Amino acid sequence: MLTADDKKLIQQFWEKVTKQSDSLGGEALSRLFLVFPQTKTYFPHFDLHHGSEQISNHGKKVVNALSTAVKSLDNLSHALSDLSDLHAYNLRVDPPCFALQLLAQCIQVVLAVHLGSEYTPEVHAAFDKFLSAVAAVLTEKYR
Amino acid sequence: MVHWTAEEKQLIASLWSKVNVEECGAEALARLLIVYPWTQRFFDNFGNLSSPTAIIGNPKVRAHGKKVLTSFGEAVKNLDNLKATYAKLSELHCEKLHVDPENFRLLGDILIIVLAAHFTKDFTPACQATWQKLVGVVAHALAYKYH
Repeated sequence: MLTADDKKLIQQFWEKVTKQSDSLGGEALSRLFLVFPQTKTYFPHFDLHHGSEQISNHGKKVVNALSTAVKSLDNLSHALSDLSDLHAYNLRVDPPCFALQLLAQCIQVVLAVHLGSEYTPEVHAAFDKFLSAVAAVLTEKYR
Repeated sequence: MVHWTAEEKQLIASLWSKVNVEECGAEALARLLIVYPWTQRFFDNFGNLSSPTAIIGNPKVRAHGKKVLTSFGEAVKNLDNLKATYAKLSELHCEKLHVDPENFRLLGDILIIVLAAHFTKDFTPACQATWQKLVGVVAHALAYKYH
């Protein structure tokens, strides 16, 4: 459950890191495909070489969706409803959202790389909870 | 047996040589207890774990974190023989400590994030890939003797 402090930290640091770089999503996805190659199975239609434009564009989509989520921390289900339909019915991401957990790990690594020592244990905990909540919403309609 | 390429061995050795085992270990264990609070159940006798500040400053946490990461150093020195290296610890975690091996995976992921925050840009995707592989095989070796 996101506390009031968690929400403040998420909003503060998400704004900071997205101002610093517009390639966070691409970086996270690149890491995902390299570090956890089994996740490539969800993107057979993509050029998955490092630096691919498709990865970069998709990364921006992912970051934009997370930015939407960050602005609606009190109502993630509602804010991510369309994406939830997409992930549950079309993309059919595995139910325990294992792949999404792996993406969450890579997103956290990218946040840590960009924020360094500012990625304190409190900020880390807040983002871990946030990304878990987003993953849960994205697969809540699965069955 | 796990296969390590020359590049992977190099990435592991060169990063490890720059790790402050005491600081990094303390950091990783503290974060485990903060981010995944249920893991505190294994450390009832550690005293004050009531807040992130308390956990980070807790001397038992720091000491144990150092112990854990020092043991990890054994993995780095014995990449080709992890199951044997961790056989006794695996038995200990199963028979005495009763730790669900899933927690080894959680600690591994936390260690990755600690390394990323510390080394920032130097923690390249290739570095992350190699280290995720390493924490994965260490977790596997630690779970190997479970029965």
